[in-house]
Amino acid sequence: MRGERCGIDDWRGTMNVALLIARKDLQIEWRTRMLLARVVPFALLVMVLFAVALDSEPLVLRAAAGLVWLAMLFSTMLVVQRAFDIETADAAIDTLLACAVHPARVFFGKAISLFVQLFVLAVVLVTAAVVLYGVTVSGSRVVLLVTVVISATSGLALVGTLYGAVVANMNGRDSLLPLLALPVLAPLLIGASRATEAAFGSQTIDMANGWAWVGLLGVYGVVFGAAGSAAFSPLTESDS
Amino acid sequence: MHTETTAVPGTSAGTGTQTTRVIGVLALIITSFVVVSAFFLTPADSVQGDSVRIMYAHVPTAWVAYLAFITTAVASGFSLARRHRTLGFDRVAGASGEVGVLFMAMTLLTGSLWGRLTWGTFWQWDPRLTTTLFLFVTYVGYLAVRRIDTDPHQRARRSAVIALLAVLEIPLVHFSVVLWRSLHQEASVLNPDGDVRLDDFMLFTLFAGVAAFTLIFAWLVIHRQRLTALSDIRQTVGLDAAIAARRSETSGVVK
Repeated sequence: MRGERCGIDDWRGTMNVALLIARKDLQIEWRTRMLLARVVPFALLVMVLFAVALDSEPLVLRAAAGLVWLAMLFSTMLVVQRAFDIETADAAIDTLLACAVHPARVFFGKAISLFVQLFVLAVVLVTAAVVLYGVTVSGSRVVLLVTVVISATSGLALVGTLYGAVVANMNGRDSLLPLLALPVLAPLLIGASRATEAAFGSQTIDMANGWAWVGLLGVYGVVFGAAGSAAFSPLTESDS
Repeated sequence: MHTETTAVPGTSAGTGTQTTRVIGVLALIITSFVVVSAFFLTPADSVQGDSVRIMYAHVPTAWVAYLAFITTAVASGFSLARRHRTLGFDRVAGASGEVGVLFMAMTLLTGSLWGRLTWGTFWQWDPRLTTTLFLFVTYVGYLAVRRIDTDPHQRARRSAVIALLAVLEIPLVHFSVVLWRSLHQEASVLNPDGDVRLDDFMLFTLFAGVAAFTLIFAWLVIHRQRLTALSDIRQTVGLDAAIAARRSETSGVVK
């Protein structure tokens, strides 16, 4: 079987290869500037449209946390499509796997690259929430917010990579990806929104509950990290 | 029936056998009993009145939907593990998934009708309902992947992964919704659990319903996966015939 020489238990090797793959992806991203040119403007547009649709400043302020993560979820779909289009366009991923790179390493590599891009996006969207929705974050709440953003973005990147591979190279993948990935991301949306609400100083949820949600996000990330690294091998296998 | 047998050597053109006929007849008999019993023989509930009768359809459909998704997951696991019989297990997984989606749709429909009568509202953001809804959408996505025209082995692997991930999703969605709802006010509707006191005959009717629907499930899945197998064979035979025709055409030109 492919890549069996490099066991998955060799974590240092896994991380090295994963980081190389992530670097490759991020270099491609940096040269094409897809994130900055299309995804960030799209996400900001979604934030503006939410505010227009809700048409009430107190309502927008109350819903801010959920809206940030909804915009993140939608944007993730775009970033994931892109991450796999660059692999399948010239059967690049087959070349990668033919070099006896363990599929789990490719999975983590692509997830790291997605994480970096989504983290940048999350920072932009939280800033947008402060500027556009009038959200305030102060003191110890900043620590909670940063932890939520990191843990939720990790979960998004892992699930995104996994489902990106499920639909890679399929006809109609643009509409399949959201249909498959969004229900799975529901727990993440609930957890991240509630924890961010706590970090934004909402009246309805306190800091302790916010940290409890971070725990759920952590479990979520671990579960899908393990599932993704196990599932990537059957997903990327080619029949030709 | 026999005329088509010649087209596909070694297979019967129908999907019925002695076993499926027995299952079908049994399902019909028990379903007839459940219909009569649910509408006429069982008493109305002291609190819910006649709306309790929806339960005789609702509980069995929910049971069959979950049974179907478990079957899909198990068959998917085998399809991933047993490389040489991948497509056989894949067909069972697909057939069971289709039936599961159908029954889950009926669960949601009968549940919301019951909710309208009992709670006064079609929908409640209660953990069980929300989880069921997300699960329904997940399997709609699963079926969408199965419909894609691609290499059957690749499709089998990918849909198997989706089916196994869906099983992973259930506890996560459920737990997160439980946590989410526990932070909110309790719903101010009557009797949100909907528990009813069942006398022995009501319970018997309910179990008969579960048995009938389980038989219908088995009947549908067996027929459906045989139908898929037949259409797969037809495709292969059709392709072989097309190649043979093309060959004879070419040889005709050469002559």
